[in-house]
Amino acid sequence: MSTQSHSGMVEKRGTSLWLTHALMIAGVLVVFFPIWLAFVASTVTQQEIVQPPMPLLPGGEFINNYTKALTSGVNVPVMTMLINSLIMALGIAIGKIIISLLSAFAIVYFKFPGRTFFFWLIFLTLMLPVEVRIVPTYEVIAGFGLLNSYSGLIFPLIASATATFLFRQFFMTIPDELTEAARLDGARPMRFFIDIVLPMSRTNIAALFVILFIYGWNQYLWPLLITTDPEMNTIVMGIKQMFPSGDDVADWPVIMATSILAMIPPVFVVVSMQKLFIRGLVDSEK
Amino acid sequence: MQKRVTFNGWLLPMLLVLPQLLISAVFFFYPAGQALYQSLFIPDPFGLSSQFVGLGNFEYLLGDKYYRASFFTTALFSTLVTVVSMVPALLLAVLADRLIKGAGTYRTLLIWPYAVAPAVAGVLWLFMFNTRVGVVSWYLGQLGYDWNHVLNDGEAMGLVVVASAWGRISYNFLFFFAALQAVPRSVIEAAAIDGARFWRRFFTIVLPLLSPTTFFLLVVNIVYAFFETFGVIHTITSGGPQQATTILVYKVFSDGFVGQDLGSSAAQSVILLIVVGALTVFQFKFVEKRVHY
Repeated sequence: MSTQSHSGMVEKRGTSLWLTHALMIAGVLVVFFPIWLAFVASTVTQQEIVQPPMPLLPGGEFINNYTKALTSGVNVPVMTMLINSLIMALGIAIGKIIISLLSAFAIVYFKFPGRTFFFWLIFLTLMLPVEVRIVPTYEVIAGFGLLNSYSGLIFPLIASATATFLFRQFFMTIPDELTEAARLDGARPMRFFIDIVLPMSRTNIAALFVILFIYGWNQYLWPLLITTDPEMNTIVMGIKQMFPSGDDVADWPVIMATSILAMIPPVFVVVSMQKLFIRGLVDSEK
Repeated sequence: MQKRVTFNGWLLPMLLVLPQLLISAVFFFYPAGQALYQSLFIPDPFGLSSQFVGLGNFEYLLGDKYYRASFFTTALFSTLVTVVSMVPALLLAVLADRLIKGAGTYRTLLIWPYAVAPAVAGVLWLFMFNTRVGVVSWYLGQLGYDWNHVLNDGEAMGLVVVASAWGRISYNFLFFFAALQAVPRSVIEAAAIDGARFWRRFFTIVLPLLSPTTFFLLVVNIVYAFFETFGVIHTITSGGPQQATTILVYKVFSDGFVGQDLGSSAAQSVILLIVVGALTVFQFKFVEKRVHY
């Protein structure tokens, strides 16, 4: 996605150029407004929010609100929820990458009985998002006694085939000469996997990691069902739990501080690894 | 499909596919089979036994006016989400494409909402439109418009649509922008020399060249609206008012977990499964075509 190589003919200059910039800035401001407002709300007092209209510029309660959220929260300290989310997101991303690397390697580099059958079994899992099979999956997890556990949060979400397909696609592009050379040298398959295949897949692994981390971090329905103990809540599902039932007024500054905290890790990952992210996005949708 | 040069042996590859097969079997195939099986039964209220009803759950669902309403709601919702997320994204991408300098900066800023979880996006939009403290609803009130998505069907639908579409604008922008950058400059310049103005060039040359990307995004956004917007609905409206925003995925949840109607919920899962299957096949067919463009 390079932005260069434009020649001058069809680009606008002068007023028209400024108009384009102005429209672009207006667009960015509109798209950004919800985040800005949440940030402002996380830096003012509850009093300023419940008497509308709330201010549109940050106040002086930043440290107060964030300290309160992180250390006490509403049901459980937000720090606890952040750690749970981190474990879940890393577990899903790393777990999915490992099992997919292994099975893609087996499918591409070996002829073994049932290979095609396994391939189609894995392909089938592409078609069914977790939302569709929630009730029976919940029963499986409850049957194993995995409610309110990290394993319960992670395992059902790594049963998917997207990553296997990506790695399979990539392994097919690794030149056969390398395999031949390795075989002539007498290298065992796993040596070849560790010394040649893994290092060559670095970029693909990183790109996929970015996508899967965000996928895991942003899960909502599954943690909502299986974490009944507030100590196990993840931050994305925990925000909704901070709203009082009935007519009580929500603690808006703390809720908004939590919302900001919930978006910092995925936003940081996306923005700091932008190139990998875009690559992962394009790869995983192909 | 496979390499010409392969390794020998069958035990090692079996061991290598085992973790994925095991996880898929336990957390995927077994639950999916359970859903199919349960969809043919009605459990008694105490969960002690269940009665085989064949396709009775499906017949009941298709005759149920709430379920049919949910189908209609889902169709409306996903159409609106797709349009509301694609049109602004295309406009922004066209603008960014006209800039030589600064496009990268705008792109970095516009990516942000993609990283925000749908459930968090729901909370942000709920906050802006909250009937008591919301900034936007307050200013609307000053203009004489009484916003109340808690009671008003249309406003509830509008709010969940905008909150769901918001993060997708980033996603669609990235794809449109990449596609626009790939349009050959020479073609556009030739048209410009022939005297075609910007909008004429856009509609007669650029838009047709974008059609593969546009179709791809249409499918992907519909799938998103169907299956990944649960968080938005749950945080903003919980399916209300009077089920006005109960999309199919939300209904599986509310009938299965809140209403404890397992047979019906399982049957709904099976119907959704068919919908996903159809969409996936459609997407694959289409993606295959896309390669030949």
